[in-house]
Parts: sequence; C-alpha cells; structure tokens
Amino acid sequence: MIWENIGLAFQSLKSNKMRALLTMLGIIIGIMSIIGIMTIGDALTASVSGSLSSLGTNNITLSVQERGTQSNGFGPPGMGGDRGSSSGKTPESDDLITDQMIADLTETFGGLVTGVSISYSAGSAKAQDGDLYANITISGVNANYGVANNVTQLSGSFIAESDVENKSQSAVVSDKFVKSMFPNNENPIGQTVKVYKTRSIELYTIIGVYQYEQQGFGGSTASEKDMSTTFYIPVTTAKQDLLEKNYNTITVIGSVSSDVDDLTNQLQRHFDRLYANNEDWQVSVSNMSSMLDTVQSTLSTISMAIAFIAGISLLVGGIGVMNIMLVSVTERTKEIGTRKALGAQNFHIQLQFVMEAVMVSAIGGIIGLILGIGVGALVSSILGAPLVISAVTTIGSVLFAMAIGVVFGLYPAKKAAKMDPIDALRYE
Amino acid sequence: MVIELRDIVKKYFIGAPNELTVLKGMTLDIEEGTFVAIVGQSGSGKSTLMNILGALDRPTEGEYHLDGVDVGQLPDSELSRIRNQKIGFVFQTFNLIPRITALSNVELPMFYKGIGKRERKERAKELLALVEMEDRMAHMPNELSGGQKQRVAIARALANDPAIILADEPTGALDTQTGNLVMDIFMRVNRQEKKTVILITHNEVLAQKTDRVVTIQDGMIISDTGMKGVLA
Repeated sequence: MIWENIGLAFQSLKSNKMRALLTMLGIIIGIMSIIGIMTIGDALTASVSGSLSSLGTNNITLSVQERGTQSNGFGPPGMGGDRGSSSGKTPESDDLITDQMIADLTETFGGLVTGVSISYSAGSAKAQDGDLYANITISGVNANYGVANNVTQLSGSFIAESDVENKSQSAVVSDKFVKSMFPNNENPIGQTVKVYKTRSIELYTIIGVYQYEQQGFGGSTASEKDMSTTFYIPVTTAKQDLLEKNYNTITVIGSVSSDVDDLTNQLQRHFDRLYANNEDWQVSVSNMSSMLDTVQSTLSTISMAIAFIAGISLLVGGIGVMNIMLVSVTERTKEIGTRKALGAQNFHIQLQFVMEAVMVSAIGGIIGLILGIGVGALVSSILGAPLVISAVTTIGSVLFAMAIGVVFGLYPAKKAAKMDPIDALRYE
Repeated sequence: MVIELRDIVKKYFIGAPNELTVLKGMTLDIEEGTFVAIVGQSGSGKSTLMNILGALDRPTEGEYHLDGVDVGQLPDSELSRIRNQKIGFVFQTFNLIPRITALSNVELPMFYKGIGKRERKERAKELLALVEMEDRMAHMPNELSGGQKQRVAIARALANDPAIILADEPTGALDTQTGNLVMDIFMRVNRQEKKTVILITHNEVLAQKTDRVVTIQDGMIISDTGMKGVLA
C-alpha cells in the first residue's frame, strides 16, 4: 500500500517536473544551508580542538581577571602582557602575578609541576639588514615556554634558563624569518640581527630557529613576505626597559604523572587564598580541556544559531510545498471525484497526497544534503579544516525534510479527502 | 431484484425556508441481468437519481436496497465500500486518471479493494481483452481515442465484478459510430457477463436498444416499458 503510493507519488511528480523542482527548491536551500553550516561548524571545532590540544594538554593557564567578569578561559596560553579585560579596567602592578608568587608556586606544588612557562609580549618590530627585512612580534619567554607550547626546534637551541638569568641579547627566530633575512642559505646561528623598535634599535644574536606554524585557521591578509613571525627573546631582556615586571598570564606545566584537572583545582584554591584580599582582581585557572569545552560549546552555539536561521528557510520551503499541494488538489478535483466513485476511502486520498508532499520534501532534502555536504567540504578545504560528516545530521536532515512534507502536506491532503464526490465529479 | 427503490424523495435545502424537491417519491425495481435505460430531459432529476443509485448520495426519504444491502443511510466509509464492490461507474467524460496507464486505471478499483498486485494485473488484462483493448494496456489515457478510453473505462467498471454497471451518458462525448460500438460493448457485458446495466441518457434512440426504458420527468417516473427484452 505504502509502496504503491510512493510509486503513485513519483508518477505524479514526474508528470510535472518543473513544478516539482521549484517546489523542492525551498527545501533544497533550507537543508543545504543547515547541513553546510553544521559541516563547517564541525570542521571548525575539529580544527580548533586539534590546534588547541597540540598546544599541550598538561598546560594550565593562570590569568588575572577582574572579579565578576565571566571567565571564558579562551585564547591560547602564552599571550602574556595582554592587559585587556572585558570591562576595560587595567590591573595595577600589585594585582599581577609576581616572580615571587611563581617561585612559591613551584615550591608548594613541587613534583606536580614540571615548570612554569612565561611569555611577555614586547610589541612588534622590524629586523632589517640593508634591503633585507622581516616583520616580527617580540615575545619575551622563559625556557619552559618552548616545552609548554611544543615549539618545534629546527636548529640551534631555545632560550635557556641561563639566557633568562643573564638577560642576554639572544633570539630564537622562525624559519620564515631566516628565509627573509638570509636568502643565501647562510647558517643563521650566531649571526647578529638589527631590530628596529619604535624608539630604539637593538642587536640580537640568533641562537636557534623554530618551525613556523600557522596559528588556527584562515589566512593573514599580509603577504607571505610581510607576515609577522614571533621573535623569542629572554623574558628578562624583554622586560628590562619596561616598568611592569609582573605577569598577567602564566602557564603552569603539569608533570606527566599529575592529574591536570585536580592540579587546576588546587592551583585555583592556592590563588584564591592569595587574592582573597583583592577586591577587584582574581586569578582564573583553566586547563586545555576546559578551554576545549569552552571553544566547542561556543562554536556549537554559533552553529546552532545560524542553523536556526537556516531553519526559517525550511519553514518557507514547507509553506511552498503546502501551496503547491493546494494547487495540485484543486487541479485534480475531478480525479479525486473519480477515485472516490471507484471506491477510494478518505484515507486513501489523504495518504496519496501526503505521500506526494513527503516525496517532494524527501527528494529536496536529499539534494539539499548532497549540496550542503559539498558546500561544507569546499569551505572546510579552504579553511584547511578536516571534513566531518555526522550520520545523525545526515539522516536527521532527510527525516526532518520528510516531516516537513507530512506537516505541510496534511492540510491539502485532508482537504482533498473531505471533498464531496458529487461536487468533485462535476468539477471542470 | 438487484435494485429496489421505495418512495425515494430527495430534497435540497437551499436556505430555509426554501427547499427544492428533486425526486418526489420514486419507486423502481430493477431485476438482475437487465439492461435498463433511464431517460429524461435535463432538470428531470435523472442525475440526482443516478447519484443515489451510485451510492454517491443518500435519499432524504425512502429506502434503497442494492443487491440485498440497505444503502439508505450508511456512513461515508460504507458508501465508499459499496461503490467499490457493487457498482461500476462509466462516465460521459471517461474519467480515466491521466498519469497512469490504461492497465493501472483498470487496476484502480481492485487496488482500493486491497487486492494484491499480481492478481490485479492479471484480472485487469483479462478485462482489457474483453473490451478488445489488450494491445493498448501500456498506453497513457491521452494516447487513446475517445472510444478507446470509454472501453478502458468499461473494463475498469467491471473490475470488482459489481452488481450493477452505472453508465452516465457514456456515448455523450463520442460520435455516433463510436457511440454505437460502445453500446455494443455494453450489450455484450449485459448478455455475456450477465451484468445489470443502467444507462442514463437523454438519447431516445440509444434507449430503444435496451430491454427497458424508464422515463422520468419532474422527479417522477412517467413511463416504464417493463421487461421488453425478457418478455421477447
């Protein structure tokens, strides 16, 4: 019965292909947008999660935040010196994390902590040597930074503890930087570069080269050559001409054996005690997994919101289905009369028309699904994110399209079923 | 008797206090296997009578027994079942479903009866052979001539082996020659298949070919030639 009705519905659609296609279009666009957005959202989540977890799951980020503001724990660690907080208020020097606190922390937590990674952003600058130049972002770091952030060392060594102690003028540069500054394949290690800052010119000796990795997703608007890469120097060197000696953000590297979540809680309690008397500021402690959760939930909220808007286009598509079904019922009044004269029960007629609406919606849904995955795949490949297709979304969207067919096909079908056979037969 | 009508009255309420009485107490018996013509001018009540005979409508008053079933005041779903199994309709405008083949059209009443596909197909082919349309069974209605369409429609009317064939001006849309051919098929259905055929027409010449002519006017029977064919 159902199968024969499906056949019947197909025949009916085939006899009016153009109309069927136009009716489907609303559903196609609706499903395509939803699937496209979901696929892009999933790809972004996967990509962000991937790059975040590559930063190290044992890292615990501590940052000074204004009390009362929501801790979102968002943003990769190591972006110290970023004083911006949501209310625009700036913490005083006393509110920040001091070297003493870090020393205490290392002592208190002992074996649980492998080290504390510090980074301090010292602004942008330009390295120049005659016609050769490279844009850089100077970042003052300690030795642990390289461990915490999985910096891939290509040659030489990373900033060492001794460099930090001696406030040496050493620098670790990116392979891109080397390409710009030493186009003739000279060995950069041991070379001295001139760095032009806003107010001064400084000389640094290159002690190491790391592999540049594009952060996150999306291209920079700057051309390959002008792209700024990070120029690591000892944190003490970076800070010597700055008044502020304390830190806004530090990263604690948990030891391999420690439970990261547990350590996070312990650190939070530790700093809550330290900041108990501070009315305006507190230290927010978060680890990668909580950051991952935040990122994922933020992204999924955004995708859901956009998908909801796309859902409205499905609603419009559904109304289109209803509209065309009403036209179809009116057009086929005589057929309905004939069927009733031949003994069709009301439910036969109703089923026939509902099935037709469901077929239009289902076919539209499948086409939309294919196009949506196509759009998702295209955008994912542009973003360089992996393509994730979830079975739930795939099957769900087709079922949802069919449900739209049922909902919007029901009224026209009921109208057809309720027709008086005599009137219907007389209809011209 | 396959059909027994007792004092059938049909009134239409066209807004109180006006009401229009179309059938004014009509009594009519039709014996099984007869070929009856019901003749009348337009407005005589012949369409209303056909609707009641065809279980498309209920009489306001009176009793209607069809093949032993009291059809008088049955609910819609039961009327659908009666139409499906006891009545075969043939319309002036053929009323074939346009998007399906001749064969599928013939299968339709059996589909609504719930008969399986294989059995339906087989029976439909037999019926199309009976009306000499077996070579056209895969054709769509719009590929058939008027006469051919009507032959398919007759095959369809016979599908569930009904008690009566109810034909409403079946030759009205055909030229005389084709009309005669269609009449011949009705004759054959009546003689060979022993079917009761009720022909509703305003064409006196056509009516004369049947066993019995019932003439109605203003909602009443004004003449009835009786069982001419049976008596002869």
